[in-house]
Amino acid sequence: MTFMPYVPPEQLMKDRSEFAHKGIARGKSVVGLEYADGILFIAENPSATLHKISEIYDRIAFAGVGKYSEFEDLRISGVRLADLRGYSYGREDVRAKDLANAYSQALSTIFTQQMKPYEVEILVGEVADDGGRNEIYHVLFDGTVTDEQGYVAIGGHAEALTNAVRDAYREGWDLGTAVRECVRALGAAEGRQIEPGSVEAGVLDRNRPQRRKFRRLGEDEVAAILAP
Amino acid sequence: MTDRPLVPPVASGGGFGANPSFFDLVAAARPEALPRPPATPPQEPGIPHGTTVVGLKFAEGVVFAGDRRATEGYAIADDRIEKVFPADDYSAIAIAGAAGQAGEVVKLFQLELEHYEKITGDRLSLEGKANRLAQMIRGNFALALQGLVVVPLFGGFDDRRGEGRIFYYDATGGRWEEDDFHATGSGGRPARSSLKKRWRPGISRDEAIRIAVEALIDASQEDVATGGPDPTRGIYPTVVVVTAEGAQRAVEQEVRAAYERVVAGGTGPAGSGGEGAPA
Repeated sequence: MTFMPYVPPEQLMKDRSEFAHKGIARGKSVVGLEYADGILFIAENPSATLHKISEIYDRIAFAGVGKYSEFEDLRISGVRLADLRGYSYGREDVRAKDLANAYSQALSTIFTQQMKPYEVEILVGEVADDGGRNEIYHVLFDGTVTDEQGYVAIGGHAEALTNAVRDAYREGWDLGTAVRECVRALGAAEGRQIEPGSVEAGVLDRNRPQRRKFRRLGEDEVAAILAP
Repeated sequence: MTDRPLVPPVASGGGFGANPSFFDLVAAARPEALPRPPATPPQEPGIPHGTTVVGLKFAEGVVFAGDRRATEGYAIADDRIEKVFPADDYSAIAIAGAAGQAGEVVKLFQLELEHYEKITGDRLSLEGKANRLAQMIRGNFALALQGLVVVPLFGGFDDRRGEGRIFYYDATGGRWEEDDFHATGSGGRPARSSLKKRWRPGISRDEAIRIAVEALIDASQEDVATGGPDPTRGIYPTVVVVTAEGAQRAVEQEVRAAYERVVAGGTGPAGSGGEGAPA
């Protein structure tokens, strides 16, 4: 029988929270933003293959910051949950809200019950049909979930980035403007120029004729948009 | 919640790394949702059967076509079912056999490919897709023994080789690659004979659709279970074309035009036929 020293729950939560915050603050950031045709996710990511932004389902995408292995775990669990739901019920029954709730439950359990909390923050976005309202959910490492509108920034420089995006943001930007403004904001938050080659971007474009609305912007496409 | 709990996120199938198989995921999390053999063998002929499907190569890729009839013994169960489907963006599956099982295999296979693509971030190679389908049919072997045979044709555009490829299967999951064309189902034999006469290497898309439709018409004349095109009711075969640009269903006008060329007896290129379709 080992004796654990008593730690007040307030202290325990505070320590874990600080630990997770520190982990996230070391990493890069992601912006999620509504534009004219849907939702844009954009990040600085030097790797072309280890993605921060990914497809989950027909109208749903995922973005994560912090520790790659941990948000990758969450992404895979999300794809599994979505595909299983869609197979068991119907494709239109897979909703970002349910995913956000599942993520919130999972992260909250991990935060309180596991040795160390996940050092991640994630976004789950769902693009609406014509006329509907897009949904962007922001889930924190402790399971806190918020419903965002317009734009949201997460990750290392979230605060500076949110300020930079807020100053520029206008509803109904076209894709080119949205990408340019976001890259400018990412650069402003980091205090340096972002190379077009290290921009990772993906959109949920409601005008895509395919069932799957997620599309990654290729390196050439981003470079063309950012070309002066 | 009926789904497996999300915490802790573990690889389905256990082991090392994330398992990209949707089939394994369903088997672990929702085994009741997978096709299983009924407790008592089905009383033939109570189950709808899909009949003839054909697949052939042409210059830019592959064409798959299927008739529209499902039969229950000597009765026609349905005259508008579909047996040919895009499996993903660059491959297609055409399936004959017990219609319910076939539909389920197609749905699972489509999800298998999509799930793999989302989990790993890469599309499976055509070879990989063909192998995976063989394993899934093998998994259905218990059903095949009870008469619920499912025999697909699979193919698509192999971007590594830069050409279209066709695979066919038997009920045990045996897999063979075909160099030119293949037909399967109850009218498979007459359809193959028809294709043998008409098919040539490097034919055009229009020509490929025309001879696929002709093979199905020939099959419908030899086999009671195969339905021929019915212009009065607007029933035409389902056709899926796969090229480097992707897998797409041919629109009805295109199939109807091909049918009219067959009826007119023309063997020339598109546009030479089209007149004199009988009502």
